[in-house]
Amino acid sequence: MSRLEDTPYARFLGVRPQEDAEGPLLVLPMSPHLIGNPSLPAIHGGVLGGFLEITALARLAAERPDAPLPKPIDVNIEYVRPAGPKDTYARAEIRRAGRRVANVRVEAWQDDPQKPVAALHGHFLLSAEG
Amino acid sequence: MTDAAAEMISRMMQATPQAGALGFEVVEVSPERAVMRAAWKPEMVGDPATGVIAGGVVTTLIDHVSGLAVNAARQGGMGAIATLDLRIDYLRPAGERLGLTASATCYRLTRNVAFVRAEAHDGQGDTPVATAQAAFMLGTAGAVSGSVA
Repeated sequence: MSRLEDTPYARFLGVRPQEDAEGPLLVLPMSPHLIGNPSLPAIHGGVLGGFLEITALARLAAERPDAPLPKPIDVNIEYVRPAGPKDTYARAEIRRAGRRVANVRVEAWQDDPQKPVAALHGHFLLSAEG
Repeated sequence: MTDAAAEMISRMMQATPQAGALGFEVVEVSPERAVMRAAWKPEMVGDPATGVIAGGVVTTLIDHVSGLAVNAARQGGMGAIATLDLRIDYLRPAGERLGLTASATCYRLTRNVAFVRAEAHDGQGDTPVATAQAAFMLGTAGAVSGSVA
């Protein structure tokens, strides 16, 4: 996972690669500009969606380092728990990657990986001539 | 909705730090429809090879304008709202270095839940960049997502 954190939008969010016993993951360190609801406060749902999507793309790009970046076809984002002003982590699982399309699931959590704050399930176009 | 209510909701939406950071602006707000705009900025780019806006910016704009549509449909009703889920279809890439305008309609409002349809355009042709559908929980104490008080 190297190229994705270098894209302008990932840098704008502050996404960084990390590794734990289970393997590579991405971290979104808490920053005031990520807040969507200042009165709670809570991280913006769109930021979580964007972070989940970057995690999916980074995972796919790591599998195919020389290919153009995959493009999202559709994504379904579920918001499971409140995401407070804390660091957020995400890991992607490629359910299936064919020649042209990949099916990916991503979960994001804050304190406990067993208690996700949000999840993404989406399809990504792999071939450049799509 | 009174002008004062529309003005208050718009101000609340623009005061959100993430919306400010991305430069979102309210274009139009009524109980029937909410419209917001985001001018292209270099930090929105998802793929430096193309200069096209990242999917996450589309997601954030759509989540935000959808929340605005729900609050407008509630006529500024009290209590926070929280996104339950958001489904986005990316119909085509946005044009290079083009901003986005997103519109949303809350087409069903119950005591607990609001249902929203939204789409985002880059001003090129008739086909939207993305279409979306979302459900929101109303009157949440600890709201889940990007949604607005």
